[in-house]
Amino acid sequence: MVKNWQRAGFGLYIHWPFCQSKCPYCDFNSHVSSNIDHEAWTKAYLSEISKNHHHSSEKILSTVFFGGGTPSLMPSKTIEAIITHILSLWKTSNQLEITLEANPSSIDVSRFKEYKSAGVNRVSIGVQSLDNISLKYLGRLHNGKDAITAVQTAQSIFDRVSFDLIYARQNQTIKDWEKELLSALSLGTNHMSLYQLTIEDGTVFGDRAKIGKLPGLPSEDLSADMYTLTQEIMNNNRLPLYEVSNHAFPGEESRHNLIYWRGGDFIGIGPGAHGRYYEGPKRKATVMAKSPNKWLSQIDEVGHGAEPTTILSKSEEALEYLMMSARLVEGTDLKFLKSLDLNLIKHKNIKGLIELGVILIKNERMILTPKGRPILNSVLSELIS
Amino acid sequence: MTDLSKIRNFSIVAHIDHGKSTLADRLIQETGTVSQRDMKEQLLDTMDIERERGITIKANTVRLDYLSDDGQDYVLNLIDTPGHVDFAYEVSRSMRAVEGSLLVVDSTQGVEAQTLANVYQAIDADHEIVPILNKIDLPASDCDKVAEQIEDVIGIDASGAIFVSAKTGQGIHQTLEAIISMLPPPLGDSKAPLKAMLVDSWYDAYLGVIVLVRVIDGFLKKGDRVRMMSNNSVHHVEKIGVFRPEMEAVDLLGPGEIGFITASIKQVRDTRVGDTITHEKNGTLVALDGFKPSQPVVFCGLFPIDSSLFEDLRSSIEKLSLNDASFSYEMETSAALGFGFRCGFLGLLHLEVVRDRVEREFDIELITTAPSVIYHIYMRDGEFIELHNPADMPDLTHVDHMEEPRIKATILVPDEYLGDVLKLCQDRRGIQLELTYAGSRAMVVYDLPLNEVVFDFYDRLKSISKGYASFDYQMLEYRTDNLVKLQVLVNEEPVDALSIMVHRDRAEQRGRMMCEKLKDLIPRHMFKIPIQAAIGGRIVARETLAAMRKDVTAKCYGGDVTRKKKLLEKQKAGKKKMRQFGKVNIPQEAFISALKMDN
Repeated sequence: MVKNWQRAGFGLYIHWPFCQSKCPYCDFNSHVSSNIDHEAWTKAYLSEISKNHHHSSEKILSTVFFGGGTPSLMPSKTIEAIITHILSLWKTSNQLEITLEANPSSIDVSRFKEYKSAGVNRVSIGVQSLDNISLKYLGRLHNGKDAITAVQTAQSIFDRVSFDLIYARQNQTIKDWEKELLSALSLGTNHMSLYQLTIEDGTVFGDRAKIGKLPGLPSEDLSADMYTLTQEIMNNNRLPLYEVSNHAFPGEESRHNLIYWRGGDFIGIGPGAHGRYYEGPKRKATVMAKSPNKWLSQIDEVGHGAEPTTILSKSEEALEYLMMSARLVEGTDLKFLKSLDLNLIKHKNIKGLIELGVILIKNERMILTPKGRPILNSVLSELIS
Repeated sequence: MTDLSKIRNFSIVAHIDHGKSTLADRLIQETGTVSQRDMKEQLLDTMDIERERGITIKANTVRLDYLSDDGQDYVLNLIDTPGHVDFAYEVSRSMRAVEGSLLVVDSTQGVEAQTLANVYQAIDADHEIVPILNKIDLPASDCDKVAEQIEDVIGIDASGAIFVSAKTGQGIHQTLEAIISMLPPPLGDSKAPLKAMLVDSWYDAYLGVIVLVRVIDGFLKKGDRVRMMSNNSVHHVEKIGVFRPEMEAVDLLGPGEIGFITASIKQVRDTRVGDTITHEKNGTLVALDGFKPSQPVVFCGLFPIDSSLFEDLRSSIEKLSLNDASFSYEMETSAALGFGFRCGFLGLLHLEVVRDRVEREFDIELITTAPSVIYHIYMRDGEFIELHNPADMPDLTHVDHMEEPRIKATILVPDEYLGDVLKLCQDRRGIQLELTYAGSRAMVVYDLPLNEVVFDFYDRLKSISKGYASFDYQMLEYRTDNLVKLQVLVNEEPVDALSIMVHRDRAEQRGRMMCEKLKDLIPRHMFKIPIQAAIGGRIVARETLAAMRKDVTAKCYGGDVTRKKKLLEKQKAGKKKMRQFGKVNIPQEAFISALKMDN
């Protein structure tokens, strides 16, 4: 019999919370610190990984993801120790994917080879833009040339390289974006994440926006046009969408991220890292202490860095699965969703949304149409209303 | 009882912010009526709304004992009257209860329209008037100019004006002495049958209705059986006392005195302002003149945003009406808004006060529909209808003609804003009656339709004059005009709560404005929404709200789902703040904002 965790796989997320500087748009759990006791941090990661092995020891690990912060600022020794430890604990799938997020700065790039020998087989580079002025404005420390070098170096070392771009920026025209995207595509890649700039509370941009000091953001119509154009260009370049903001050559999707979107199991290690996994029939939601110092000292003092674990009810699990899977082009497995909660979405709502042309049902899967995907938040809220 | 010659009864006339409440505070302090320790600002204004807005809604009163420079002890009764035009009748009754007024004018600002209206009430009541020039501590104070203005505009002698700073206390003693020397003592006959005026009344949770009275003739004692002459209801006086400003029991109230009684009265409705109170037996035969029951002039619908709170709204409105006889209500059903109440008010301020109290004191969020006035409709078949709600407008083909209420509005405005004010009045179908100058200020009198004023006229006036214009009005008459009902359709469905009565010549323009506004006020939906304005079956304006095109969260990975769930819940809560019409959600503020005429 297929185990519940086997439906969408099992992965491990490692969060490294430090950056060289904080970007004004970023609301991730990242911190700037010049004084990091790497030995203590390595010890902490290893001990937390062991602790979490206990509840998932029978599972087969298919992905590891080093995210942040800027995990490419981790000493390769640390990365190597973590990977070695993981491999000693779990059985892994044949195609174990180990991704590391990296910045295009020269320090990061100089370590690519070491990361590879430590076991990393995929990198995701935070290019964000190829335009120097935009990069400054986004608070990035690299320039366009650095970005190109980083991608090319990575491509010479790793088979699988992805990079991120941020668009729908202040005062960016649709022509600007088209030009930038095409030149990024000319680097040749099999995976790209294309994010529209979102202004989040608690960021520098968020504060500025609140007092009206963030002019030139695109209107809803312009950002919708940019999104549509992006799909066109990416399709023409054989990098179709597979999730709201992610494009890949078929087969080159991020397997780790697919675990999130398909409602699979993942363990989150590091400050503020979340986890979701089955323990027997129960689905658990975990989160670790958010502050890096607290996480570290808590491990020292009480033997673990986690906040109290919660058990998700079937309807909470259903809601999370719906929210995540609806982002995927492959859509939501309605049979699975109904097995969790029959009443989460009403037939009447589905019918109404089909009539509006924002969703469709195919092979018992609910899929957002190209018209519906850009208004996913409203579609979700309508589905569950 | 106090000897008549040792009593002085007075009120204070002032424009908002000219320092009436502060002056009252100082008088209370100077006479030692309230100890320094218990002193707080605007002592007489007890409601939060009164304190916040710096206005007085209920007549408040305080009895001050004062040892004058002439060595005699006096009793001074101050009635703090409502200062707003909505409460003009209440003001007139308070004025009749006293013999003199202090006219407080801000010496940095000068006379305002509202001051005029109230001072005329004082003159009508034959008051002696003591001009007080306040705020003399401020650098911008110009006493000579303002004194001249008082003489020019109001036409009273300002040579004896007292220079006061209620803030610093300067001139307070002189004010008290002027009250003794310049104001006449009350007249009254202690041997005549009881005749007392019901000045005001309010509800107290512990004592029931408290009635503020001014005794004219005879005596009022605890245990008396008294009769209200307007409806012959009889009550047993349980408590009798005066305000200092806390309630203090006394044995009796004699001629010239002001105080309160309680008599197990359940509803403020049973006590009518201006009524005459006498003894059940051997009472006076002649009631005081000038009594009239209050008439609401502005109507609007109040609906709970959360329709499940209708019963709560009912009980809160019932509770408020216990204490406010001038506000009327009846149940209303709206296709768009569900169950609510059609409420009648004395004016816009009164409306806002009641609405604020429901929202604050009872914690019910409300949708307020567009204020309307009473239209007189004469049907072809001879029937006569008083229309309180545009939604009830009969089919035009059966209507012979319609009348609307007109007012006489007095506006005082500095010269430089006069042009804009005239344009505003003209735009609102005004007819100019008078235009005169007093120094650098113009006084314009307009004949205006009330329905053009009840909504945002006052706000507009304030904004185009940078706050300097002041405004007051009185009812003129009902007059025939060419009026139509303008209806708004959202996604092809009429939204009755957005219906308004307008002049036919302006219907198209108003319709266009409303459609444009609604287009901005209604959030985009997943489908496009036509917004139309119609007269009868004819569409006169149309806008289309485009379908929503983008609202997706760019990033959502493992840890983000928790936050995303919160966002989804927030979105759900936001929807609750809107009302659904067919498939369209309309936010509550749209019902008022759509009607505003600012461009």
